[in-house]
Amino acid sequence: MSELSAAWHPIASSEDLPYRHVFHGQLLGREFAVWRADDGNVNVWENRCLHRGVRLSIGINEGAELKCQYHGWRYANRTAGCTYIPAHPADAPARRITNRTYPVIEFAGLVWSAAGAADAFVEPLQEADWFALRPIPVTATPEMVRDKVVAAAEPGSEPVRLTEFGYSMKLAGGRGEDAAVFIQPVDAGRAVIRALLPETPAQPLATLRHYNALLNALREQIERTAREAPAPEPIEPEYEPVSLELATMPELRLGTRTSIRVRVARKYDAGEGVIGLDLAALEGHLPTFQPGAHIDVHLPNGLVRQYSITNGPGEQLHYGIGVKREPESRGGSSTIAEAVREGDLLAISEPRNNFPLRRDATRTTLIAGGIGITPLLAMAKNLFGSRLEFDFHVFARSQQHLPFADALERFGDHVSPHIGLDAAETGRTLEEIVGSYSFARHLYVCGPAPMLELVRALAARNGWPDEAVHFEYFKNTREIDQSSSFTVELARSALTLEVPAGRTILEVLRENGVEAPSSCEQGACGTCLTKVLEGTPDHQDVYLNETEKQANASMLTCVSRSLSDKLVLDI
Amino acid sequence: MNRPNPYLNDHWHVVAGNEAVASGQPFRTVLFDVPIIIQRLADGLRVTAALAPEKPLPVLERYGFIWTSLGTPMPLFEIPEYDEADRRNMNAGSLGVAVSAPRAIENFLDMGHFPYVHTDILGAEPHTEVKEYDVEVSAERGEVLATRCRFFQPRAATSSAGGQEVEYVYRVPHPYCSVLYKSCPSDENRRDVIAIFCQPVGEERIVAHMLQSLIDDVSTITDMRRFQQTIFGQDKPILENQYPKKLPLDPRAETPIRADKSAIAYRRWLSQMGVNYGVIPLVPRVADV
Ligand code: FES
Ligand SMILES: [Fe+2]
Repeated sequence: MSELSAAWHPIASSEDLPYRHVFHGQLLGREFAVWRADDGNVNVWENRCLHRGVRLSIGINEGAELKCQYHGWRYANRTAGCTYIPAHPADAPARRITNRTYPVIEFAGLVWSAAGAADAFVEPLQEADWFALRPIPVTATPEMVRDKVVAAAEPGSEPVRLTEFGYSMKLAGGRGEDAAVFIQPVDAGRAVIRALLPETPAQPLATLRHYNALLNALREQIERTAREAPAPEPIEPEYEPVSLELATMPELRLGTRTSIRVRVARKYDAGEGVIGLDLAALEGHLPTFQPGAHIDVHLPNGLVRQYSITNGPGEQLHYGIGVKREPESRGGSSTIAEAVREGDLLAISEPRNNFPLRRDATRTTLIAGGIGITPLLAMAKNLFGSRLEFDFHVFARSQQHLPFADALERFGDHVSPHIGLDAAETGRTLEEIVGSYSFARHLYVCGPAPMLELVRALAARNGWPDEAVHFEYFKNTREIDQSSSFTVELARSALTLEVPAGRTILEVLRENGVEAPSSCEQGACGTCLTKVLEGTPDHQDVYLNETEKQANASMLTCVSRSLSDKLVLDI
Repeated sequence: MNRPNPYLNDHWHVVAGNEAVASGQPFRTVLFDVPIIIQRLADGLRVTAALAPEKPLPVLERYGFIWTSLGTPMPLFEIPEYDEADRRNMNAGSLGVAVSAPRAIENFLDMGHFPYVHTDILGAEPHTEVKEYDVEVSAERGEVLATRCRFFQPRAATSSAGGQEVEYVYRVPHPYCSVLYKSCPSDENRRDVIAIFCQPVGEERIVAHMLQSLIDDVSTITDMRRFQQTIFGQDKPILENQYPKKLPLDPRAETPIRADKSAIAYRRWLSQMGVNYGVIPLVPRVADV
């Protein structure tokens, strides 16, 4: 029946997908987890968690993400990409952990799918107020069920073929309607009869009962015949192996090479001096992201800038970003502010996350300064959606300057705006917010550099461990000292390179043909993070925290250099 | 029908709890798809295949359970703590589960599921982190050993009250058996021992036999048993919803994370030993060669 895998079949009724439910669907030997997200989208996924094979149909539909019962892995609406692995709360999961998805169309009160790459969906029926009868499972080959159903037509009437497994027909003993009857091939030896009436009958319950009895009698008759035939071999569906990089385990970093074309779907005023942009997929959905993730946006003037994604979980049709108008900027935001219009096409990178949100805090505190609100907005939506404890402090110059004020409203008591404070007041307020540390609390801060420095200092003074304080700089405002010269040994590539004064490690790597990912190239984004095997780096970035810097186990090759004569890197 | 390879066959396999077999009452069960009969006779235990009643199989009573073998068994692994005088040893139950033995062992080794499956007992959200731990496969002893395993637990045993970080050591001294040592709430210098012995009824069906050997003179045996049965009762529906039921030894069948180090070592060890029953063996992919 392999040619069947490209054909569309009904796998559920729309009613099988009530609010926050997960339905166990079956087609041609495959099992599906079928669930409707709160945005209405229906997901049809392979019924198997990529981690340890547990059925996702016993998972939990959280509205925007599906959570596996066994270890709580979370998969996003639409993409089926894994967004969170609770066993490692500090790591952002690899975007490529993505479950297999199947095509889906909701039509005539039924959910349709295909067991493989599908042909284009051709509506087998007229659009109408179709009324679904109770599905009848039958233990017999789908072909036999089909033939017996056709033979059960009202004598003298002629069934009309709609699909390979569907007929428009009057059922003998029925009430005279032209029913649409589809046979869902569940497996080699099992099928489900799904019949529709052309409109809701005057007495729905009595009609349901009548046809239920009729079809059940038909089922018994088919099963009697089927028991005499030899049982068919079950269909053994093939499961795709996971990619090699996932199987060979952790520590993978994504390059930035792939770029995605997006359309500017909306450009709007998101507060005084802030422009909001919705960047939509040209077709389908955008790659899975996690809260805290950012994208590189390639601007028309050739510059590349990073912007955080503000979306809530499972919102995969566009990425929302916020851009600050800044006259003195390197050219990024002024270009967007002036040149980009709705409808324009832009190239962006896949999302990358250097600012992952842990979900294992007893309480999360988010502190945003100005445009620094963007990654924290995504985090707040995530925490809010899962009813986790959090408070969200937003500092702005004035009420008009409060970015994304509309989006903040829904968080209710969780949000505290701090408007128009001077430096001293800001300091006092921050001191109060940071407070003293208690077990399993986490602090996230994003905003102007002086504010970040202050929060980090306050946290350190109040007993917060480095691992509990998370921050993201937009840019590195420190003066970079490029005067040293030293040797770099690449352990895996067996290369030894000289880094002269005035050149960065990253530049020297590339000149020598070593591929190295990077993004901001000013020690802020963490994309070029590299393991250090030997030697003492001269850290000049704002990405690593103090503990990480002192450990000397990793460095950013775009700005940091060496204090020792030689560095051995894991490249 | 798939038969166990010689390595697996030449092991002792658990077939019943001591108390399950009464005198004069033949006890029927299944091992590797072979129906067997256990009898307690005047001169001791007698185990035979139902289809070959005249030929006795090897038999051993140890750790409160009855063991036999369809091959020539190598000595059963040691749990030295079991013989300490002040321990309370108990058979904590035998439960049928529709899953392969290796899947059940992996579940036993796994800490990541505590907050989700054993909510408020062995773990609780939001404390979900599995910290780094160490794993080694000792070739000469033929066992997998995971040490320094730590997890935050709200209530780790019957005798523990508040939350604490509990430290575990896991041994897998037999392809289908695992022994766990955990910090003991009543005596910080000693460790409670919990073991799972899986009886492979078929490739996708087991009886999981549980042993507890505890330092606890407060709780009643019934309480201590019930605790373990509650825990395993929570694992059962998850295990029965794992697909495929046999453990895939191909590293590309599923997605391991750092927390799964012990499971990865276990799968590799099964592969090396040629274990072929209850697993989907690794077949080299053409593209990889
Ligand atoms: S099996 Fe789904 S999270 Fe582990
Ligand atoms: Fe468990």
